[in-house]
Amino acid sequence: MEKFTRLTAAACPLDVANLNTDQLLPARYLKWPRSAGLGKVLLQDLRIDSEGRERPDFPLNRPVWRGAKIIVGGRNFACGSSREAAVYALYDYGIRCVIAPSFGDIFFGNAVQNGLLTAVVDDAAVAEIIATLNGTPDMPITVDLEQQTVLCGNRSYRFAIDPACRLRLLNGWDDIALTESFRDKVVAFKKEDAGRRAWARPVLTK
Amino acid sequence: MTQKQTLFDKLWAAHEVVRREDGEALLWVDRHYVHEGSFHAFSRLAERGAAVAEPDLTFAVADHYVPTRAPRKNIANPELARMVRQLEDNTATHRIKLFGLDDPRQGIVHVVGPEQGLTLPGLLIVCGDSHTSTHGALGAYAFGIGASEVAHVLMTQTIWQRKPKRMRISIDGQIAPGVAAKDIILAVIAKIGAGGATSHAIEFAGSAIRALSIEGRLTLCNMSIEAGARCGMIAPDAKTFDYVKERPAALKGPAFEQAVDAWSKLTSDEGADFDREVALDARHIVPHVTWGTSPEHALPVVATVPDPMKEPDPARANDLRDALGYMGLHAGTKLTDIAIDRVFIGSCTNARIEDLRAAAAVLAGRVSKVPGLVSPGSSAVKRQAEQEGLDRIFRDAGLEWGESGCSMCVGINGDIVAPGERCASTTNRNFRGRQGPGARTHLMSPAMVAAAAVTGHLADVRPLLASRKP
Repeated sequence: MEKFTRLTAAACPLDVANLNTDQLLPARYLKWPRSAGLGKVLLQDLRIDSEGRERPDFPLNRPVWRGAKIIVGGRNFACGSSREAAVYALYDYGIRCVIAPSFGDIFFGNAVQNGLLTAVVDDAAVAEIIATLNGTPDMPITVDLEQQTVLCGNRSYRFAIDPACRLRLLNGWDDIALTESFRDKVVAFKKEDAGRRAWARPVLTK
Repeated sequence: MTQKQTLFDKLWAAHEVVRREDGEALLWVDRHYVHEGSFHAFSRLAERGAAVAEPDLTFAVADHYVPTRAPRKNIANPELARMVRQLEDNTATHRIKLFGLDDPRQGIVHVVGPEQGLTLPGLLIVCGDSHTSTHGALGAYAFGIGASEVAHVLMTQTIWQRKPKRMRISIDGQIAPGVAAKDIILAVIAKIGAGGATSHAIEFAGSAIRALSIEGRLTLCNMSIEAGARCGMIAPDAKTFDYVKERPAALKGPAFEQAVDAWSKLTSDEGADFDREVALDARHIVPHVTWGTSPEHALPVVATVPDPMKEPDPARANDLRDALGYMGLHAGTKLTDIAIDRVFIGSCTNARIEDLRAAAAVLAGRVSKVPGLVSPGSSAVKRQAEQEGLDRIFRDAGLEWGESGCSMCVGINGDIVAPGERCASTTNRNFRGRQGPGARTHLMSPAMVAAAAVTGHLADVRPLLASRKP
């Protein structure tokens, strides 16, 4: 997993509440392996109309935001389905950070596993950042994970992130390696638990 | 001195293997359910040459991509066939028990787990599907995870989590006839919002919850995720133990009695602290439908389509306007004046036997004005329904009686609603395009879908039920 420390890039506002993962990646693409290029179908049904034409008014279709690496979203960003491919689609499109007032819990977990930063700032700050971007769309913003700040124009906003997730992103850590370091404890737990909760083992005739 | 604990605190504590200083904990996983969509995770294992740590605690079901209206032996669509075969290959490689298309136990994973007795009180259950919250109905800690976490659980049988906050939703009083578990959960989501329970573990409590059947509780917990919750759960009680006892995989004799002793302790202690409390009066809950593109866009069926002009918050007004535009609706229209094009009865939310009975009770002797599909929650539910003659009622009403799978809830097996069409659906998500690009979904209970079918528009089921009384 790639590390995330600091990023200065174009930021695209997507001022929609409850933008669910079905929108980020429609279900018909879930059977695609990641190698098929999920980035090109990110937000497909919002970006492209039923005739297959780009909707020119959709923010990510505007030339100034087409190459954005940051999205500034609405409350409960990426709620809904657990599809991790929604994160793959964002990441493979080139997005490295989403700033929003809140995120769907499962998406939040999936994002950190893939090096995508989810930065939580309050509603008022998101509204200000979006207003600034709408006024000066080509102005890049800077996200600093060490400082936990978003720099937008002459304003700096502090963002919140789970401290353990922050460390994972800063170091590009992989959970499997971390869990392996606790293998003895897992083995001990399993043994003790088998005595304590014998009923927890499944009884299934094959 | 022992601290007072909530049900969730007890479930969490029983699974904690390691707790780090930063507050994250490594939890032991008792059951891991996988399906065709878990292929990303199996690829991850293949890349590392890794093995599945506990194949005996892992169960696979073919549900997301299986045909429900076409032959299932030799699947004609090559893409669907590939998805099912991939699951067969991966589970064979790792010696994981698969309820495949040739197994009489096949069905939707969240129906099959409880039905077969694999889901039990006190367990920690994960699955790469957000509706895993369903299993909390039996008093389990159950939540959906993404592909990286699925791979982690396959390799280690554990998962890293930060403890969610605890929310209790208390619903007291008697619910009225014609009001179902679906109406309760839609009322809850309308009240707290689609992100209202984000980062929380919900415990549903109160006399109305205790009065619900296990199947009603499964519906309720299923849609916890639609309020943003990490999981939903209900303390196990005598009803739970009776349900579990009847399952194919039930423990027998003294082993079962010992389990019941342990499960009986899985309740929130009197006076235990919750981070948030929400209360609803069951007597005020009426049949609900959704009008928009988020489950929080739910209203009593007797209401009218909301007016964005009356919404003081400009962002929310915009949200309403967008939803109305997509749904092709106008502010002020009576919900019962909204004509529908088709119906769907199915999904992990509402396709258990009681759901099919509730729909059939309305449809019996009546004809649907629109086409529709009924897809039972599992192959076992299908057999049971056929034994009871429910399939005849659906067929006689003009609806299609299909096989079991996720079907038109997510549309990835080809069961989709055409662009612009309006579907009354027992499913869980009315998202844009959820049932197919351009599809318009209205969520409601099975009885309410049946009422919409026989009237051709969104309708209050209560008069249709009242007219049934002698």
